[in-house]
Amino acid sequence: MELKRQHLIDPVVCIRCNTCEEACPVDAITHDGTNYVVSYDKCTGCRTCVSPCPTGAIDNWLLVDQPWSIDDQFGWEELPLGQTGPGPAEPAPLPPGEVSDLLAAATATTGPSVPPPASAAKPYFNLYSRDTPVTARVAGNMRITGEGTDSDIHHVVLDFSHNAFPFLEGQSIGIVPPGTDAKGRAHNIRLYSIASPREGERSGCNNLALTVKRVAGGVGSNYVCDLKKGDEVRVAGPFGQAFLMPDAPNANIIMICTGTGSAPFRAFTERRRRNAQDASGKLMLFFGARTPEELPYFGPLMKLPKSLIDVNLAFSRVPDRPKQYVQDKIRERSDDLAALLASADTHVFICGLKGMEQGCDEAFADICRLHGLDWADLRPRMREEGRYHVETY
Amino acid sequence: MSSINYAEKIPNNVNLSEDRKLQRALESWQPHYIDWWKEMGPEGTSTSEIYLRTAISAEPDGWAQFGHVKMEDYRWGIFLAPPEKDRKVNFGAHKGEDAWQEVPGEYRSMLRRLITVQGDTEPASVEQQRLLGKCCPSLYDLRNLFQVNVEEGRHLWAMVYLLHAHFGKDGREEAEEMLARRSGDADKPRILGAFNEKTADWLAFFMFTFITDRDGKYQLCALAESGFDPLSRSCRFMLTEEAHHMFVGESGVGRIIERACQVMKENRTEDVRKFGVIDLPTIQRYLNFHYSVTSDLYGAEVSTNAATSYNMGLKGRYEETKIGDDHQLEHTTYSVLHPVNGGFQAVEVPALNALNERLRLDWAEDVAKGVERWNKIIAKHGIDFKLTLPHLAFNRAIGHFSDIAVDPSGKVISTEEFARRRDEWLPSESDLAYVLSLMGGAVTQPGKFANWIAPPARGINNQPVDFDYVRFA
Ligand SMILES: Cc1cc2nc3c(=O)[nH]c(=O)nc-3n(C[C@H](O)[C@H](O)[C@H](O)COP(=O)(O)OP(=O)(O)OC[C@H]3O[C@@H](n4cnc5c(N)ncnc54)[C@H](O)[C@@H]3O)c2cc1C
Ligand code: SF4
Ligand code: SF4
Repeated sequence: MELKRQHLIDPVVCIRCNTCEEACPVDAITHDGTNYVVSYDKCTGCRTCVSPCPTGAIDNWLLVDQPWSIDDQFGWEELPLGQTGPGPAEPAPLPPGEVSDLLAAATATTGPSVPPPASAAKPYFNLYSRDTPVTARVAGNMRITGEGTDSDIHHVVLDFSHNAFPFLEGQSIGIVPPGTDAKGRAHNIRLYSIASPREGERSGCNNLALTVKRVAGGVGSNYVCDLKKGDEVRVAGPFGQAFLMPDAPNANIIMICTGTGSAPFRAFTERRRRNAQDASGKLMLFFGARTPEELPYFGPLMKLPKSLIDVNLAFSRVPDRPKQYVQDKIRERSDDLAALLASADTHVFICGLKGMEQGCDEAFADICRLHGLDWADLRPRMREEGRYHVETY
Repeated sequence: MSSINYAEKIPNNVNLSEDRKLQRALESWQPHYIDWWKEMGPEGTSTSEIYLRTAISAEPDGWAQFGHVKMEDYRWGIFLAPPEKDRKVNFGAHKGEDAWQEVPGEYRSMLRRLITVQGDTEPASVEQQRLLGKCCPSLYDLRNLFQVNVEEGRHLWAMVYLLHAHFGKDGREEAEEMLARRSGDADKPRILGAFNEKTADWLAFFMFTFITDRDGKYQLCALAESGFDPLSRSCRFMLTEEAHHMFVGESGVGRIIERACQVMKENRTEDVRKFGVIDLPTIQRYLNFHYSVTSDLYGAEVSTNAATSYNMGLKGRYEETKIGDDHQLEHTTYSVLHPVNGGFQAVEVPALNALNERLRLDWAEDVAKGVERWNKIIAKHGIDFKLTLPHLAFNRAIGHFSDIAVDPSGKVISTEEFARRRDEWLPSESDLAYVLSLMGGAVTQPGKFANWIAPPARGINNQPVDFDYVRFA
């Protein structure tokens, strides 16, 4: 499937004020006696027209097979339904074997065919593969861990321009590193979790962010961390059908992560912050790193309002302080977690380095024991109901 | 050049600090303006924080910056659209000459008059809308009211700047007068009639922004064509802001219609007043009123005044430079409807003398399109009712239709019949009282809306509808 992303004006909302036509630097907007329309070929997606538009009519970006022509748009009384957001149009092909293997390894703890949360939106997946990748352009690349620490983690924003790349919070993309391995074969795909909410890193923009840690000698991670603004990257995906954010506003979400495992949780949190500030469900984050300097997004995280998210940080290498790991923090919040676990609206997500799930599992078992719950019974039940997800790599 | 320094006392993109004398003059007008705003601006709101759109530059990407602003910290400034290189006078006797950066001596008083009349409408509408905040149907609407009001204030600034910068002592006196007149005041009324009417309720406010502010838009469009370049540049920038007013009006009435239709469908009745919403016939009568009163603002159908300012190159036609004619109109005619023997007849008159009428018709066509969009809302609900614009001769007080009585369909009737049937066509005392009775206390809980209006389809600047558009101190 080859979807394009097209900028269109909603004729029902537009008041034909001409502001956008004046504002557009490339004269992509024009009008007749009925409608204001955007030329697909001319529009660069720069969004200059968006905030001046008094109605918001201009802020429509549809996924289409074939871009609508200007003449099509002149004839409209309303926007065509078409593809307006995530929701598969046709059964997607199976992911390529290499991706299935990676995903299977990452979710080995919970095993195959875990259902997604009941209230998760329907994701698109496997739109692009290694052989038919989509090209994205690097819109920015910034180190987000303190200088002078060993941990070199980058926040990389990829822009998909005209190409449709619909995704949901919790999904990953595949990066196809250029070049070949020692044996002369093309490199395998590397998977990276999407760190942005579904509307894009910047709302309404066709872009997304990754949180990538440089691994010594690593092919994919070094490639990504060294990308420059404007570089082109071949992308496959999106991937992942189960590790998805529940949409229900009353869903409680317990998020446990280390390092770049925070990427999907940044997406979850941004989704709530932008779209459902007053959701009744709780967000609770347990996040471990060696030091605050090594914790990605430390600054922005500290600025989030307490009413939005309950943040618990564990540092294992702060001088003169006892070592703390996420499971220690989990135990500290025993009462609150027990209350949440007792609710059928609660979801647990664990993401980060392989091995971390074990400590979490033991901590949950302890908490349950203390509060008259049975983790051995609860965990498989939550899993069956799509409320317990682990992704570690 | 066009970025705006908010550290200055009067933010501007006209290098004000380089003209000490002008700067001092404006700085001495400023406190009077602030006093006027405190007295006549939206009531009881000086400490609230409002989610406003503020210009930080006159370039496309700079004039729509959003954020919460404390009303008392709001800074009005002077912004002109970026200059157009080698701009010419595009019409009239001086067509083809370089556009004027200074006022041509012989046109001074004419130009001053044009600017004063335009400027006077701006504070007038703020005064008319002064009490609406107390009965706002939602925070979203309250925010829109403020946005409209601060922009009217800024448009006054724009005209006052021109008066100060280009008209010396006379200009400064006119600028003071702007703050001395009061909408509806018996002794010192605002210059134009429609700006002395009260805006007592939100339906009237929405109709006003949809219809009367659209007159403002067309006047600004005509002035944006002016050969006097500073006026053109001021008006061009004002137009970018004016679009928001039209939006507030069109969507506001649209949402009242939407709500009426919902209640009609739910209760299978046309008698929706008992459910506390505004019935479609009342909306039609408001429409008739605002449309006819605003029609008068264009002046007499046949006018030599308009011909003079056109000839002088001071005020053009709507989209002057896009019209394919000689832009001097010496030998062209234009057909204008006249009352003749109990009916109407189109009469060819010199095009120069018909400029008011032409602008009025451009405006009328634009209003009609908006009304069509309202009708789509009604049709979508499957309700058999259509809002229509009254005949141009209906209920006129200025121009050659003012002597005859005409019903909304355009039938000439006797003055007695008009008086007898007036309440079928124009809001009656009881209509006004009913609508006013719905305007209870302000609805100020984010995401909540008064019963008589539907929520908007989307929030401002992509914010959710239940965003806290206004934060009270
Ligand atoms: C579902 C999923 C989501 C992922 N999300 C992210 C993410 O959001 N951010 C992110 O940075 N990474 C993420 N990864 C890991 C990522 O896909 C790569 O495995 C990682 O970047 C290393 O790849 P590389 O090409 O740089 O190293 P390679 O060239 O594959 O390996 C180089 C060397 O590093 C070792 N190595 C490989 N992986 C690791 C590792 N994770 N830690 C330590 N040593 C390692 C290898 O054994 C080898 O010795 C994710 C993986 C999966 C399966
Ligand atoms: S997004 Fe940019 S290029 Fe496209 S229509 Fe808007 S202003 Fe023009
Ligand atoms: S700025 Fe917005 S409302 Fe105005 S014409 Fe363009 S799309 Fe329509």
